Parts: sequence; C-alpha cells; structure tokens
Amino acid sequence: MRAAIRVAGFISMMLSSSLALAEYKLDLEPGVTTFSQGAYEIHTMVMWICVAIGVVVFGAMTYAIIKHRKSKGHEAASFHDNTTLEIVWTIVPFIILGFMAVPATKVLLNMEDTSNSDMSVKITGYQWKWHYDYLGEDVSFFSNITTPDSLSLATSANVKQDETTLLDVDNRMVIPVNKKVRLLFTSNDVIHAWWVNDFGVKKDTIPGYINESWIKTDKPGVYRGQCAELCGTNHGFMPIVVEVKSEEDYLDWLAGKKAAAAEAAASAEKTWTKDELMAQGEKVYATNCGACHQASGQGIPNVFPGLVGSPIIMGDVAKHIDVIVNGVSGTAMQAFGGQLNDADIAAVVTYERNAWGNDTGDVIQPSDIKAAR
Amino acid sequence: MSAVIEEHHEEHHDHKPTGIGRWLFSTNHKDIGTMYLCFSFLMLFIGGAMALVIRAELFQPGLQFVEPEFFNQMTTLHGLIMVFGVIMPAFVGLANWMVPMMIGAPDMALPRMNNWSFWLLPGAFGILIASLVMSIMGMGSAPNFGWTFYAPLSTKYGPASTDFFIFSVHMMGISSIMGAINIIATIMNLRAPGMTYMKMPIFVWTWFITAYLLIAVMPVLAGAVTMMLTDRNFGTSFFDAAGGGDPVMFQHIFWFFGHPEVYIMILPAFGVISQIIPTFARKKIFGYSSMVYATSSIAFLSFIVWAHHMFTTGMPVTAELFFMYATMLIAVPTGVKVFNWVSTMWKGSMTFETPMLFAVAFIIMFTIGGFTGLMLAIAPADFQYHDTYFVVAHFHYVLVNGALYSIFAAVYFWLPKWTGNMYDEKLGKLHFWVSTISVNLLFFPMHFVGLAGMPRRIPDYNMQFAEFNQWATVGAFIFGFSQLILLYNIVKTVRGRRTVKATDQVWEGADGLEWTLPSPAPFHSFTTPPTVK
Ligand code: HEC
Ligand code: HEM
Ligand SMILES: [Cu+2]
Ligand SMILES: [Cu+2]
Repeated sequence: MRAAIRVAGFISMMLSSSLALAEYKLDLEPGVTTFSQGAYEIHTMVMWICVAIGVVVFGAMTYAIIKHRKSKGHEAASFHDNTTLEIVWTIVPFIILGFMAVPATKVLLNMEDTSNSDMSVKITGYQWKWHYDYLGEDVSFFSNITTPDSLSLATSANVKQDETTLLDVDNRMVIPVNKKVRLLFTSNDVIHAWWVNDFGVKKDTIPGYINESWIKTDKPGVYRGQCAELCGTNHGFMPIVVEVKSEEDYLDWLAGKKAAAAEAAASAEKTWTKDELMAQGEKVYATNCGACHQASGQGIPNVFPGLVGSPIIMGDVAKHIDVIVNGVSGTAMQAFGGQLNDADIAAVVTYERNAWGNDTGDVIQPSDIKAAR
Repeated sequence: MSAVIEEHHEEHHDHKPTGIGRWLFSTNHKDIGTMYLCFSFLMLFIGGAMALVIRAELFQPGLQFVEPEFFNQMTTLHGLIMVFGVIMPAFVGLANWMVPMMIGAPDMALPRMNNWSFWLLPGAFGILIASLVMSIMGMGSAPNFGWTFYAPLSTKYGPASTDFFIFSVHMMGISSIMGAINIIATIMNLRAPGMTYMKMPIFVWTWFITAYLLIAVMPVLAGAVTMMLTDRNFGTSFFDAAGGGDPVMFQHIFWFFGHPEVYIMILPAFGVISQIIPTFARKKIFGYSSMVYATSSIAFLSFIVWAHHMFTTGMPVTAELFFMYATMLIAVPTGVKVFNWVSTMWKGSMTFETPMLFAVAFIIMFTIGGFTGLMLAIAPADFQYHDTYFVVAHFHYVLVNGALYSIFAAVYFWLPKWTGNMYDEKLGKLHFWVSTISVNLLFFPMHFVGLAGMPRRIPDYNMQFAEFNQWATVGAFIFGFSQLILLYNIVKTVRGRRTVKATDQVWEGADGLEWTLPSPAPFHSFTTPPTVK
C-alpha cells in the first residue's frame, strides 16, 4: 500500500511537472474543418475500442499469468479446442469492424467531394519549397522557409528555437473564411505531400498527376504544416503556413499581391543601377540560393559547390545565366528560369559576380536575361 | 577429390569438415543455419548503430551531429538492413536449423542451393555497405530515398550508388527465392512417415506459407528494381511522367511486394510463439487447425490490401473504400491467433523462463501494433497518421517488439538444443527486462509525437516535439547496448564453460521430434526417419 502511494505520488509529480511545460500534445487535435473533425472522432472511437479489447484480452492473460502457474501448484488442463468459442471470437470482431466502417465511409465520402467550390488554388511541390497559384486571379508565388540557417550543421545553431521554428514561411497562403476552397496538387520534380493537420488534408503532390482536396473553415487563424513525403535532402525544411482571413481582408491581400506583381513586371522593363541590382540580388540569393550555396557563397564541400571564385561566375556571362535559367540537369541545381522573373535573375547574377570578392564589375540588366532566354 | 571422399565419409559418421572450408562449402543445414543467424546478428549491430545515429540527431531540436543528406542515408540503410539483413535472414536461419529436425528429415532437400542462398547475402550487403563507406569518404552519396525507394526520387533524382543498391536488392531477392524453394521442397518431400500436413508443428506450417509468399512477391520486387535500372540507364520511362510513365505505378508495384513482405516477417514469428507458449504452459496449443486456417487467410488477404500504404496518393474513392475494408478484415484472423495463444495459457501450468518471457511480451506488444494497424486502416484517419511518427511507432511495435522479440525468444528456446548447454538464465532475464523497459520507452512516445504532427524521416523538428524525442533517444541507447548482454550470453553458452549441460528434452513441457534428438543435435539430424503415430 505504502509503495502504491509512493508510485502514485511520483506519477502525479511527473504529470504536474509536465503540465507546467505543457507545450506538447499527446493526441490528434479536432482541427477546424468538417473532415478534420470527422477524422478526429473516428480516431478517438477506434482508439477506445482498441483499448477496451486490450483490457479484456490482456486482463484475461494477466489473470492466467498470476493464477495458472506451476509455482502455485496449478495443474495444466487438457482442453485444446472449443468450436463455439472459436466461432464467437471470429464473428464478434466482424461486428465491431462494421461499427467502425460505417462512420469511416461517411467521413471519407465527404472528404472526396470537391464539387461546388468557390475558388481554386493550385499547389505545386518543388525541391524544397511550395508554389501557390490562385487560379483565375493571376496571383502566384513561392513560399520558402524563413530560416535557411536550419539546413546545415554549420549554421543550425544560429537558429532561434521557438514555437514556429521550421514552421514559418516568407509568403503565406491566404484563403477566405467560410468559402469552399478547392486545392489542386501537383509537383515539379519528386513526390511531396502537402499536409496541414488542422484541416485534415494530406495529399501527395505527384509529377504528372493533379490531385484534389478542399478546405472550408469558419475559424480565421494561422495554420501550420509540413511536407509529409520524403522528397530529398531538405525534406524536413519545407513548411506550410495557411492564413484564414475574413473575406474583406482576403480581397485586400489579393489586391496587394496583384499590385506587387505589376510593379515587378514594370521593373523588368527599366534599367537598374548597380546598387539596386546588388541590393535586390542579395535578397533573391538569400531566399533561393543560400540553402545550398550558403550565405557566404562557400557552399557545402562535396555536395553544393562554392561560388567564390567559381570559373563559371568569373567567366562568360552567358554560361552563368544559362546555369541559373536552365539548371544543371541531373544535379540539385534546378532551372530557375520558370521561378524567378528577369529582374530577379539579373539581380542575382550581378550579385554573384560582385559579392564575396568576385569583383568582376559586371552589371547585368533584365533585358540581358530576356535576350538570353 | 578428397572433398568427395570426405563427403561420402560423413554419411556414416558424425565427422565435420574442418577449417574455413566447413563454412564456405557447407551443405549442412545446421552450419548454414548458424551462418544465417550469425550474419543476422552482425547486421543487427550495424543497422542498430545507424539507428543510434538517427536517434542521437533527434535528441534535440536543431542539427547537432549529421547533415540532413547523411541523415537520409542513415534512415534508408537502417531500414534496408533491418528488413532484409536482420529479420529475414534470422528466420531463414531458424528454418534451416529447425524445419528438418521438426519433420524428421536428415537435412534440407536442396543442400547445395542452400549454400548458395546464404553466400549471396554477404555479397549483397557488402555492396550496400560499400556505398555508405564511399559516401563517408566523400565520393557521392549512399542510397538516400528511404527503404521504400519511391520513384522518381530513386530514379531520376537518385544518387549514382542507386545502381549498387539495385544490384544488391537483386542478390537478396535471388537468395530469398532459393531459400523459399528449398523450404517448400523440404517440407513437401522429407516429412517422416506418418507426419501428415495437419500434424506438422505450427512453426513448420507458418514457414511453409511464408515460403509461398516469398516466391510470389520477391520477383515483383525484382521487377520493380529492374524497371528502375532501365529508367536510370537505358532511356525507358516506366516511372517518369514526362516520358509517359507513372510514378504511382511504382508504389503499386512496390507495395504489392511490400505488404506481403511485412507478413513474411511476422508469420514465422507466429510460428515461434506457437511453439513456445504450449511448451511453458505445459498444455497443447489451443485451436491447432484454426491457427493454420488463420495463417492461410492472413497470407491470402495480404495480397489484396497493399494500397493501404497509398491512401494519400489520390486513388479513386471506391479504391480507397475497398482497400480500407480489406485491411480491416486482416484484424479478424490476427485476432484469432492472439485469442488462441491466450487460451493456450489459460489453465496451463506456466513457468516463465526467458523464452516464455519474450513470448508473452511478444503477444502483448504485437497486439498493440495490431491495434495501431487497425487504426491506420481507417482511411480518413490515416490521412492524419500517414508518414508521421505514428506509423513509425506502429511498424516498430510489430517488427521490433514483435518479430525481433520472437527471434530472441527462439534463440533462448533452441540454443540449448543447438549447443548442448543451458544459457545463463539470470542474464537472460536481465536482458529481457532491460530490453522490454527500454524498447517501450523508445517506441511508445512515438505514438504521441506522431499524433501531435511530427512527420517521419526529418532530421530536425520544432521544439514542441522535443520532450518525447528525448525519451525515445534514451530508450534507444539503453535498448541498443542491452543487446550486448545477449551477445555475451550466447558466446558463453556456445563455449560451454561454467554452464549446465542440457538434457535431450531440454524443457519439461517440450514436445516434438526435435526434442527426441540428443543435445547438441547431431550433425545430421535423422539419418533413419522416425515414425509419427
Ligand atoms: C538545391 C540546391 C541548390 C540551390 C537552391 C541552388 N543551387 Fe546552384 N548549384 C547547385 C549544385 C548541386 C550545383 C553544381 C551543379 C554541377 O554539378 O554542375 C550548382 C551550381 C551552380 C552554379 C555553377 C557553379 C559552379 O562553379 O559550377 C551557379 C552559378 C549556381 N549554382 C547559382 C545558383 C543560384 C544563382 C541559385 C539561386 C537562384 C542557386 N544556384 C540555387 C545546387 C543548388
Ligand atoms: C492487424 C494487422 C495490420 C494492419 C491492419 C496494418 C495496417 C497498416 C497500414 C494501414 C499501414 C500504412 C500506414 C501509413 O503509411 O499511413 C501500415 C504500415 C506498416 N506496417 Fe502494418 N498493419 C498490420 C500489421 C503489420 C505487421 C504484422 C507488420 C510487420 C511485421 C507491419 C509492418 C508495417 C510496416 C513496415 C509499415 C510501414 C511501411 C512504411 O511506410 O515504411 N504491419 N500497416
Ligand atoms: Cu518532403
Ligand atoms: Cu501493409
């Protein structure tokens, strides 16, 4: 008895100390859509049914272990079958499974019904970022992790650890509340999976396929998720952030995005100064290239080449532009031609040719990129 | 010439060939069984060391020990080695040793093929491990696409070493198929007079069925890797959407192999447990024939559930429903097995030597893995579980706390028969308790982080997952090092100093032909067949 009290005391102490920390979760959350809630309910039901079966089976076993021991002088009985019992424990599980299957089917059919949507967003997986395209709105953008330092052993320690570490992006996906948003999924390279637990949506993005799902929620807020299918080196570093806003705020955001796109298009026409190009280039480099080539331009030995004094950068401009626009096939150096506009490519080329002591003095204009494409 | 004479000699006496030749050219089922088991044990330590690298990196948020790229190589090789290099060879080793003895045969039916099946394995794993050594030396990357090697990550985007990997998988496949043919031929042809199919020990039955599964699905795996090979090197595009191929087809082919494969790794375990429980309960197995039928139905069902690994690939909803219902059905025969084991224990006269401890722990922990399997089968809920640590917890409960535990149980159970010496019971119990506590500390918290949303195969995570990952890492190190107790105990038993001699029957409740042979079992099991009434 005294021992039991001590054990209980210890457990409650453990529990209270962990409640004090209390940032972690033990179970699924119900989430904010009908099918995340459906999934949660059925998860909870099946789990408790399993616990109940476990209590019965392990209970019987424990009883036998305690009572039917040789050391207690128990003699072995000689029965070795019982047809009635065997039929019962074949039929009863069938019935229990039926009880699970009915609600499971309902939830699943609801999830797969993408009809009557109010708007569509196409989501494309890239190694290692997401691209969002608001169909019919002419708004599209990439979404990158905000802490490229997380990606390598050398710099990981610089990253501040908080609730959103590894779960934050530069450009969030924004959707309006109470609208049925149809999601279309595909991939540019390998298979990824777009997953936000609070929506109960996890779908693979597969090259050559378009998968569908949908979200509709009445709770504005910021929801986070991660890529859920191994997609190469930086699979752990392609977070998803979705912000659900009121209809009005959503339209404001959309207008803002359109204005920014128009501005970017205009900037591709004008002639830039070297300083402007360098400033813009540094930004473009940090979000798109630093993950592999590192902020210092040193790269990672044997994996990603350093760019300081690289013959391609110090040499012919056309070759340099070609590597960035078309990538190097068969390597992790992807084609950025479809991802960055002329101004951004011009800026990053200029930046690489003049940063870290690569003092070529070259200035590349958006028009040069246009001509080279 | 002299080898021929020596072989002829063996027919009459119990002379073993000596030196390295005894092992290199062995056609003896016991020696080959021993080699399989030793190989598997070695691989357990290599694959285990990789697991400790993974767990060390996951001890805290942030990267501390390895780059993400190397982390992926670790998870890939860990998975491949544990599945193909530890669990499968260990069961083949047990089959080699025990099947001829249990059915009253002198040896396996095809002894030379037996030799070749084994010796392919060191080659296969040598190649695989060589790719890691090269990676560490800075020459390219080892396979880094997970043990499931989904295309196009493993084809168009795979490292150069992928072709090594393909060759290695081919060798493992040939080895398994030959091993399976041998087991079927042995069971069909070499049973002692009077031993009808329905009198075979359950271990023999489960291996008989497993062998058919192997023959059915290993060629499918070989097909998958061959298509990868031609996609990578000869311009085909089976799995490349840009060339008119289909990356999802890869997953269908892989899992058509992969799901039966998981049963290949658990049916022999069911067999082992069905031998051990009756022995230590001193009572016949409950529901022998329903055990056989349950095993057969599990084997059949295992062919029609594969796409439960692919719910998130966007299959038509009717397909999702079919695979959900079919998968749920597997719970029924699995349940029958568990109920039968518990009924065998019921009103027995039980003692708890080490094999029995491991067997009882197997039943409990395997059942937990079965429960989570049932949860995963529910498609709408699987959208939340898939590719998270919840799945990692599930398959480690069935594979480590299940299959590996049954192998431990089998080793303790049969070691006295193999060596003629009793193992050290105190050490055995110590090994059991340390392992069982630490293995649960290792895998149980993974359910929690999985449900809370931690994806699998990531080298770094948000700090909300930190607490349970720390528990898991502590558990992993204790579990890993506690296997040294097993190693020590085995070495001590084999050397036989300061050990007790085993009787022929070894265990008071033991029943079956293998226990009628002397301990240690003679080099050739039954030269004249016994008769079974
Ligand atoms: C996913 C990792 C990755 C990212 C992101 C990346 N690169 Fe690369 N890059 C590589 C690799 C790998 C190579 C080497 C290709 C080869 O083997 O020729 C490379 C090569 C290059 C080279 C040629 C250097 C040389 O000496 O061979 C340049 C220039 C370059 N990248 C520029 C960029 C720019 C600009 C960006 C951002 C817009 C970028 N890279 C983003 C991986 C990356
Ligand atoms: C009651 C029986 C079982 C059921 C219903 C079941 C169901 C499932 C399901 C649905 C998945 C896919 C989960 C996902 O990826 O989302 C899964 C994964 C897995 N199961 Fe089981 N399972 C059962 C028993 C077993 C057994 C006996 C083994 C092996 C001994 C096993 C090994 C695995 C493995 C290795 C995976 C993960 C594969 C991977 O993605 O790497 N399962 N199981
Ligand atoms: Cu990914
Ligand atoms: Cu499966």
